[in-house]
Amino acid sequence: MSTEPAATAPLSVEGLTTSILVGTTWYDAVRDISFHVRPKETLALVGESGCGKSLTALSVMGLLPPAAVRVTSGRIVVDGVDMTAADEPTREAMRGDRIGMIFQEPMTSLNPVLPIGFQVGEALMRHRGFTRRQARERARELLELVRVPAAAERLDAYPHQFSGGMRQRVMIALALACGPRVLIADEPTTALDVTIQAQVLALMADLQEKEGLALLLITHNLGVVASVADRVMVMYGGDVVESGPVHAFFARPTHPYSEALLAAMPRIEGDLPLQPIPGQVPSLTEMPVGCRFQTRCPIRDERCAVLPPMTTVAGDPDHRVRCWARVEA
Amino acid sequence: MLRFVIKRLLTAIPTLWAVLTTVFILVRVVPGDPTIAILGDQASEAARAELRDKLGLAKPILAQYVDFMSQIVQGDLGRSLSTNRPITDDVLAVLPYTIELTLASLLVGTVIGVPLGVLAAEKRDGFADWFARLFSLAGVSFPAFVSGILLLIAFAVELRWFPVISTSKPGDPWGRFVALVLPSLNLGLLMVAYVTRVTRSGMLKALGEDYVRTARAKGLPHRIVVWRHAFRNVLVPVVTVVGLYLGVLIGNAVLTEIVFNRPGIGKLIVTALNQRDYSLLQGLMVVSAFAIVVANILTDLTYGLVDPRVKTS
Repeated sequence: MSTEPAATAPLSVEGLTTSILVGTTWYDAVRDISFHVRPKETLALVGESGCGKSLTALSVMGLLPPAAVRVTSGRIVVDGVDMTAADEPTREAMRGDRIGMIFQEPMTSLNPVLPIGFQVGEALMRHRGFTRRQARERARELLELVRVPAAAERLDAYPHQFSGGMRQRVMIALALACGPRVLIADEPTTALDVTIQAQVLALMADLQEKEGLALLLITHNLGVVASVADRVMVMYGGDVVESGPVHAFFARPTHPYSEALLAAMPRIEGDLPLQPIPGQVPSLTEMPVGCRFQTRCPIRDERCAVLPPMTTVAGDPDHRVRCWARVEA
Repeated sequence: MLRFVIKRLLTAIPTLWAVLTTVFILVRVVPGDPTIAILGDQASEAARAELRDKLGLAKPILAQYVDFMSQIVQGDLGRSLSTNRPITDDVLAVLPYTIELTLASLLVGTVIGVPLGVLAAEKRDGFADWFARLFSLAGVSFPAFVSGILLLIAFAVELRWFPVISTSKPGDPWGRFVALVLPSLNLGLLMVAYVTRVTRSGMLKALGEDYVRTARAKGLPHRIVVWRHAFRNVLVPVVTVVGLYLGVLIGNAVLTEIVFNRPGIGKLIVTALNQRDYSLLQGLMVVSAFAIVVANILTDLTYGLVDPRVKTS
């Protein structure tokens, strides 16, 4: 792992809190989370639906729906630019240029009435002043880069003429058009067949290596985490509950939620039955005070009424957990 | 694209045939004897038989049908019962007025309706949205003859900006344009109501779509996200409502032409009704039906232009 300090990492987030307006009250859906991603590094953001993963990604991109969701505190720095302090034109200039994003649904994320080649090259016209013809030529190269067969002939094709896997390749080409330093992939393979998933992940890993991308990978699939991530960050109810290098995490999952997630993962070897996590995530308006996992936690006690700090695991400064029962003496 | 056009044109043939057959049957099943209508109820039986023979009404119904169809295919709509002039000539003389009124209204309806709908969706529940909704409600509630009279009172009688009678002298294009303003505003503003509603609801849906988020993620300016990425997808419902409204416009043009005293198909229809001129009425029904079929073809062809999925499927 690179020794580049966090402050100069392509993506660094400090104390990010994002709130959602429910009725007339703002509730924190992402609470005080901090992380950074270095070049060529993959940070996996893991958690079940509604834990704040996608909200974190949209906060970084500055794509939150304006009226009902907002970043209430913290700092997001992308390639040296403080996105939280910047005005909208500055953030607009960053998006698609120095930071790109791939979404979960390749079937609906491409515009059905615009040709593929135009959609891929559009960011180049916006950020690099390319002419239509130059953008088209570069779009062909990008489609070849993501291994879309017969790319030159398919520039004028429309999304409905592509399969799901091919559309996700187009999305990757689109996000990488301007050579961004940071790529956010929000469940990029969830909607795809398993065989196509592996191809898309391999392609992303390959491009990441070539382009030196910092990759923030959002997923709920621990199998994907184990195969492509360098570091992992587990979120529950808007809090980071555990973070660390991927090997340390799988060797010693420490937070009771991480343990439960791994126990809920299907395995081939052994004949242990699947262990679902009992109960469900409380809704945002009913989150308990203190540790938000306490309503489902097998080892909760009276200390959980206060949110525990992040503490190190087994003396490893990179592996940290947020649980009173796991605080080491 | 060419195959799509040819296919669409071919499917219009059975439609036109069905329309013409319906007109033929309708005219013959309406109660009343046309010879009495023309000669009056005091006419002798011999005079009526002679006229029936002259009009071809004495022939068997199937022969009449063949005559009717073969005439129409040649562009001949027969002769008017009241004036004995060729109907095709009468229709062609006023058709440009109705076409110009319809197209001008279409222009008013889309040029005002589309931006208003987009603005209303962008600033949902804001002033523009509130105004658009109120305007739409008023628009769908007003019949064309009421709004027409109100426009006349305000802009022609009180303000005197436009003539009360929208008949212009030949060879005066400016006068013809001025005469067109109020009638086309009357029809167009009613149309704005429908276009705004469809545009607004389409835009509200489109702005929430994933591909709009993708466009924002590319860093595109708001204006381009709205018009190039969201609105392009709303073109299909907008074209649909405009196409459907073309039929309504043709119907409302009749009322508007009467209120504003404009020459056109509408005034011709009223003349035909007043004179019980069955053959003229039949000819006008054929022309109107033909116009609606053409409007539908144009609408479908426009689909092919605005939605790539139509051509290839």
